Amino acid sequence: MIKLLQALLGWVDDRFPLTKMWKEHLSEYYAPKNFNFWYFFGSLALLVLVLQIVTGIFLTMNYKPDAALAFATVEGNIMRDVSWGWLLRYMHSTGSSAFFIVVYLHMYRGLMYGSFKKPRELLWIFGMVIYVALMAEAFLGYLLPWGNMSYWGAQVIVNLFSAVPYVGEDLSVWIRGDFVVDDATLNRFFAFHVVAVPLILLGLVVAHILALHEVGSNNPDGVEIKKKKGADGKPLDGIPFHPYYTVKDIVGVVVFLILFAAVIFFMPEFNGLFLEHDNFVPANPLSTPEHIKPLWYFTPYYAILRAIPPMFDSQFPGVVAMGAAIVVLFFLPWIDRHPVKSIRYREPLYTVALMLFVVTFVVLAWLGMQPALPHLSELALRFSELYFVFFVILAIYNQPRTKQYYLTWLAGLSLAIVLMDLPRYIGATIEKQILIRFSVFIPLLYLIVTLWLPAVTKWNQSKTVPDRVTT
Amino acid sequence: MKNKLILILSVFLPSLALASGGGGSALLHHYKADIELANQDSLRNGAKLFVNYCLSCHSAAFMRYKSVANDLGIDEKKAVEKMLFVADFSKKTEGEAKKIGALMTVAMRSEDAKSWFGNPPPDLSVIARSRGADWLYAYLTTFYLDASRPYGVNNAQFPNVGMPHVLWQLEGMKKGLFETIVTETTYALSKDAKGAEVKTELKVEEKHFDVNGKLKDSKLVRETKKSDVDPKNFKLEKREEKTLIGFEMVQEGQLKEVEYKKAANDLVNFLVYLGEPHKLERQKIGVVVIFFLLILFVFAYLLKREYWKDVH
Amino acid sequence: MSESVDTSKRRFLTTLTSVAGTVGAVGVAYPLLASMAPSARTLAAGAPVEVDISKLEAGAMMVELWRKQPIWILRRTKETLADLAKVADFLSDPDSAKSKQPGYAQNTYRSTKGREEILVMIGLCTHLGCSPKHRPELGVAELGGNTWLGGFFCPCHGSRFDLAGRVYKGSPAPINMPIPPYKFINDTTILIGEDEGVKA
Repeated sequence: MIKLLQALLGWVDDRFPLTKMWKEHLSEYYAPKNFNFWYFFGSLALLVLVLQIVTGIFLTMNYKPDAALAFATVEGNIMRDVSWGWLLRYMHSTGSSAFFIVVYLHMYRGLMYGSFKKPRELLWIFGMVIYVALMAEAFLGYLLPWGNMSYWGAQVIVNLFSAVPYVGEDLSVWIRGDFVVDDATLNRFFAFHVVAVPLILLGLVVAHILALHEVGSNNPDGVEIKKKKGADGKPLDGIPFHPYYTVKDIVGVVVFLILFAAVIFFMPEFNGLFLEHDNFVPANPLSTPEHIKPLWYFTPYYAILRAIPPMFDSQFPGVVAMGAAIVVLFFLPWIDRHPVKSIRYREPLYTVALMLFVVTFVVLAWLGMQPALPHLSELALRFSELYFVFFVILAIYNQPRTKQYYLTWLAGLSLAIVLMDLPRYIGATIEKQILIRFSVFIPLLYLIVTLWLPAVTKWNQSKTVPDRVTT
Repeated sequence: MKNKLILILSVFLPSLALASGGGGSALLHHYKADIELANQDSLRNGAKLFVNYCLSCHSAAFMRYKSVANDLGIDEKKAVEKMLFVADFSKKTEGEAKKIGALMTVAMRSEDAKSWFGNPPPDLSVIARSRGADWLYAYLTTFYLDASRPYGVNNAQFPNVGMPHVLWQLEGMKKGLFETIVTETTYALSKDAKGAEVKTELKVEEKHFDVNGKLKDSKLVRETKKSDVDPKNFKLEKREEKTLIGFEMVQEGQLKEVEYKKAANDLVNFLVYLGEPHKLERQKIGVVVIFFLLILFVFAYLLKREYWKDVH
Repeated sequence: MSESVDTSKRRFLTTLTSVAGTVGAVGVAYPLLASMAPSARTLAAGAPVEVDISKLEAGAMMVELWRKQPIWILRRTKETLADLAKVADFLSDPDSAKSKQPGYAQNTYRSTKGREEILVMIGLCTHLGCSPKHRPELGVAELGGNTWLGGFFCPCHGSRFDLAGRVYKGSPAPINMPIPPYKFINDTTILIGEDEGVKA
């Protein structure tokens, strides 16, 4: 029996690189032995992708992308009439949020350990393109249930394109296939969501993994394991991915599934975060929900979009800022060029800046879910400033600088913040002026922490990176 | 001087802005539903109320009679008899009556609905998922008399709703008890450098009236003394704000208050069931799944630990 | 680093985890595959259908839809019923041993006792599913001359059936046409899709 299987394998190997690929990517792909908790999320992202595709296929069997029927096929057919339809629906809706939780944690790992730095810039870029494609996929998918939030969310976001100068209106009509979001839009979003973007995502994930395997994985110490090889040519600090990381990732998968199951079976709505209450009302072109907002994974960018005030009678600057917030991440490998990769050996102030960035992102996410009250909008603007200034700080921290360098940048950036405030301050109501004067301390304090402290303390010094990995 | 003041007041008093008797949200906090999806008696009572009082105007078009009958332990033949009478009006064109597998649709046409109620009564299949159980319970128990509304009633949870109080025979009729706050602002009009009108607040006084209209409190909120303003230019603006603080039964219904509250709760319980008929089932399966995954976790972890003995 | 590897323990743990994992995989696959079974909506659409035959004349046929299939209801005459016994030798399966019909329809007339004249049949040829044509005329030359005492002819591939839906020898169709479950609610009303034993 074994001989037969071996012969069969030999036959295949003569015609297809099966064993070769198995060795190259699994049994002889040497990964650093010190992977920690943060290294589970890549394989989990792959798992969620498969989950979404499989549940998506079965959902498509029972869904009709027709404006008159869509809501009924979801709430009537799938949730009630189809056996286990409710499970398919909850797996897919929870999976969508789970995908973003996993991806954000995966990206954060990259920030912490410098996994975007040379020679992994292209790996990072593929990852960023996957992120953008994922956001597109989620946005397209959200229209499909044809609830009221689906409808108005799509209406608002497609209208963003009309803010583009000159071509905006025509562009929006072309995207929608109609003058408002309607049946034509629903059908094409369905085609993109079910066929086009999943294919793109699969291709990108393959490219992402190939790019990773070409240069080898990073690790929590930021040490390049290929630099220290044994007599057999294998990295001293490396272990074959299979069986060690296959067996470890299985544990990660099971833990993930426990959390996933807990949500699906006990709190699929997740208090309105994963399934919004307003979306249980069918799409109504005559009535916008009181608090229109995207799902939680978009809210940081939504906060930035809303925070930028209109300029020259156009909302376009807000759209540009929102886009810039994503685009700036693409350039991370060229913004942060500090030779030390991992947060473990970088200067303490870098850790502070990174933590503040995480806080900024979370606060922006929360703000994006709130109504646009004046004091909250002001807060959103300030945290948007913090978001972008972080990247300037990263560039400044690329190498040790002189005291004057830090202080000049402190002065320059503080001045820029105040100058940007002036057009808003002049002619504003008393309440608004007070708000601006109080809130300006947020960016100013941030700049003092990140630029004055390195000038006067030794907290801007990085540590020596070891040759070999630690645990 | 006195005549002038009377003249000014009579010009400005009509600008009494009456805010619609908004349901004070403090009041609504007391209305909480007690949802027990495993209580089949409650669900059956709720289903009965739903079919008798709601289904003539509101559809539940995603739900089948058969599912309700099976889930609630109602015999299918009895269900056809007791629940499908609404279907008399929505027979198929060939005259064939609806069957147990039919959807809970409604006979009222949407054009009629619009002309009778303004907005067509919404479908209630997933109303519990968009509004929530507490909202629905407060809605069913806070109708009160209001002569200014087309159907003579208003509602604290849903102000100015277009729906009549269909359950009035069971509950009876209540009237709303309002506390009023009247804010009187004395201000002066003057012109600034550019010639635009400037309103200068001089005195703001708040008067609190209790539910019977008796003055219970009066306080001076703000006073700015401006000596340069001519008393001839004083104007008075009155604003009245009503807050609903409770109800008083004026006509008894078939049920006592406690019984009506239970009936409303049963109906909300049914609506929660209607919103997600598989909820109890999913929770039961969830327990099994997580239990299984915990076992799988132990096996997977032992396996991992065994292999990782190789790695130091 | 040079401890011996406990292979048997590894094999055991791997097997244990794999078996548990397979159970989990089956547990996930089951709802996915089960969701493909006819849904409540489909089953409701396939519910039994009531048909009024009070206006059906002798020798005439009416067509009703049940589960989106054409159901033929034929009121046969006494002569037709007598003729059915005469063509037995020309049929592949005169006793309906191989075809699909409820127990009460497994007889020469393929109908219920007491109402033998009413034929209730799914009007689809058992070869490849076309709907045959009603040819009640006797002795038609192309249909078999003397052996043809009225029946159904399928234009797609030439299968021939008698007025009880039984297939003629030499037809491409292998078996007699199927009879659905049915019962009489009263003298003039048939319920198709349900009988005393079967509930749809």
